[in-house]
Amino acid sequence: MHFDPFIIPFNIGLYFIIIYVVFRSVVWFRDLSRADKLRLQRGFFGTPFVMSLKEIFLESLIHRKILKTNLRLGYMHMSLAFGWFLLILCGTIEADIFGAKHLNAPYKAIFFRFFNPEHGRMGFEAAYGFLMDLILAFILSGLLLAVSKRFYSKVVGMKKTTRLRLSDKVALTALWLIFPSRLLAESFSSAINGTGSFLTGSLGTWFATFLPVHELAYPFWWLYSLSLGTFFILLPVTRYMHIPTELFLIFMRNSGIKTGDKPGSYSEVEVHSCSSCGICIDACQMNFSAGITNIQSAYLMKAIRNNDDVSEIAHNCLLCGRCDIKCPVGIELSPIRMIQRRSLGNETDFRNVYKGYFRTKQIVTVDKSNGSRVYDFLPVPEPKKTDVLYFAGCMTHLTPTIKNSMIKILEASGVNYNFMDEQGGVCCGRPLMLAGQDKEARELINSNSQMIWKSGAHTLVTSCPICYKIFKESYYLDVEVLHHTQYIKRLIDEGTVKMSFIRKRVVYHNPCDLGRGSGVYDEPKEVLKHVSRLEKTNYEDENSLCCGGSLANLKISSRNRSKIAHDAVSELTKSKPDILATACPLCKKTFSPVTDTRVADISEIVAEAIVQPSVKKNLIKLVNSIKQPANF
Amino acid sequence: MEQFGFSISKGRQIDFESNDRRIADFIFEREPSFRLCIECGGCSATCSTANFTRFSLRELHILIKRGENDKVRQNIKKCMLCGKCTLICPRGVNTRNIIVLAKQAFQKYDLYAL
Repeated sequence: MHFDPFIIPFNIGLYFIIIYVVFRSVVWFRDLSRADKLRLQRGFFGTPFVMSLKEIFLESLIHRKILKTNLRLGYMHMSLAFGWFLLILCGTIEADIFGAKHLNAPYKAIFFRFFNPEHGRMGFEAAYGFLMDLILAFILSGLLLAVSKRFYSKVVGMKKTTRLRLSDKVALTALWLIFPSRLLAESFSSAINGTGSFLTGSLGTWFATFLPVHELAYPFWWLYSLSLGTFFILLPVTRYMHIPTELFLIFMRNSGIKTGDKPGSYSEVEVHSCSSCGICIDACQMNFSAGITNIQSAYLMKAIRNNDDVSEIAHNCLLCGRCDIKCPVGIELSPIRMIQRRSLGNETDFRNVYKGYFRTKQIVTVDKSNGSRVYDFLPVPEPKKTDVLYFAGCMTHLTPTIKNSMIKILEASGVNYNFMDEQGGVCCGRPLMLAGQDKEARELINSNSQMIWKSGAHTLVTSCPICYKIFKESYYLDVEVLHHTQYIKRLIDEGTVKMSFIRKRVVYHNPCDLGRGSGVYDEPKEVLKHVSRLEKTNYEDENSLCCGGSLANLKISSRNRSKIAHDAVSELTKSKPDILATACPLCKKTFSPVTDTRVADISEIVAEAIVQPSVKKNLIKLVNSIKQPANF
Repeated sequence: MEQFGFSISKGRQIDFESNDRRIADFIFEREPSFRLCIECGGCSATCSTANFTRFSLRELHILIKRGENDKVRQNIKKCMLCGKCTLICPRGVNTRNIIVLAKQAFQKYDLYAL
């Protein structure tokens, strides 16, 4: 027997999805920028290719990162992905060895038991049949978890699972049906012929006792083929598109392609690589503190894919980056969100045509403003020459203790410094950028850049992580940009400032823009260790919480902000420390009203610890005062 | 005509019927906290932009609510969105969103072109 009509749905689905994926990847490659095309070509003939193969095995099949975060969820994903892969691989090998001829069509391997009913009675054939049954059992165990997760997400240790659309539901049902229908079809067939291993064989024998297996076998082979076909046809319009897309993503990432700040092929591939596993939803403080459950990254990715209006979702996010770190696929979620925020000002966009089967780049007409400057009232800066420039930032002006502490530290260090925005300065531009208004932000950046260039400083110290991030990333400066914690760390290392030890227990809250945003984790903690008893919390480094005050969220109400702040503070102060230290004026401002613990910036703690008066400085003053009369 | 050194002041009547309240309605719908403002002026006092030029968020709030959009249209773009006003606000008004929404509304109703 070489053909039976029931294989037609499967064949249609399979060839459709193969042609579709090839077509889509050609389109994605075409839309890449020239530089990225070169990167990809270079990556194809180099180490990135080998690295990608390894990563595809570890992440796309084994799902190592999900296993690390959540064992049961990881097992569920692994059993379905790796199990299915093994089933296809071993099935192909089985068909190749035991089939009538070598190099069979795919359907011969998938429906092997149907076309070779007499196969697997004894010897090596039976042993191989045992392996195939084992793989099927492995998949079915994962499927059982998946089905129960859909109805009760705590089964896999998740608080929330993703909500689905109709096409998702149909595809999901098809996916769920694939393996049980295979199990039943194979069981009935083996019951007829007396074959089958521990699973299909014994199940078949049992069914034969009370079911008409002769009549049932054929319909279930049809069901198996139909569910496979349906799943393949629906794959491009559902989240299961991540199965083929993730391979491209891994390869592109390893070739060195980055998301950038405009929509492009890479961001498209990233959006389609999201499997809606829901790990970002559990990581999101907006979810578990404020109860806002429709804006998480998984939903954003889905809304982008479906071409929904995402402006509300995109803006309603603290951009704390917790999901970025946790995402097992490694999608750069915050940059994609920023692209959506900017999308009004962009000239290209990706739109769905043909009901979601084809998304392509389209030109959007943007009404150009007349090009006049918005902030024409800003003064032309005339700063005095200096070595170190101190930029407090808007938020620091609202928390004057931080400002005063920094002045005290800078005075004590004896360095030649200038307070850039002593009389209130120009905003750094990041708040505008976070609102997606890059053009306006650029004007502020230019104004501040002029100021910094003209001052001739070699180091720029800022107290605000928000400013620090934009100074680092979007300013084109030839000065060294330091956050004040980094600068204080340097002063301590150089021995310029002497400090006493404060006998107080301190926990450190890592601000989002400083830690995850800019990768500054160690310096603040080392400074704190130098002057006080630093204690560990459950939320160290990359896992740190957001205070809720983030400027990135334009939509959140002040009530929800304080809910997030309240939860974060109670987690951080569980060990009842004397001081809750932070390195961001905005975090301080958000935390202070919701806790009884003293909230202090690192600079305040350091300023308290400074040993005064400095003997060296006094001596110089003394010498100067003696010299003066001699000039008469 | 006799010059007294002063003149008759312009009418200061607020005509809600002829005023364009679309901007205000657009914001009310999307940012309910706009209603909470008690016009204390805290936002204007702390404002980064007001340090350089004549810009009062409190004034703009009032003008938007009255529907007198001419002055708002020219001034609203001056905001740097730094967020101090939101932090300072005793009523928890989401001032930054109001400004962003106002800009959007002017764009939407094509009032910038006027």
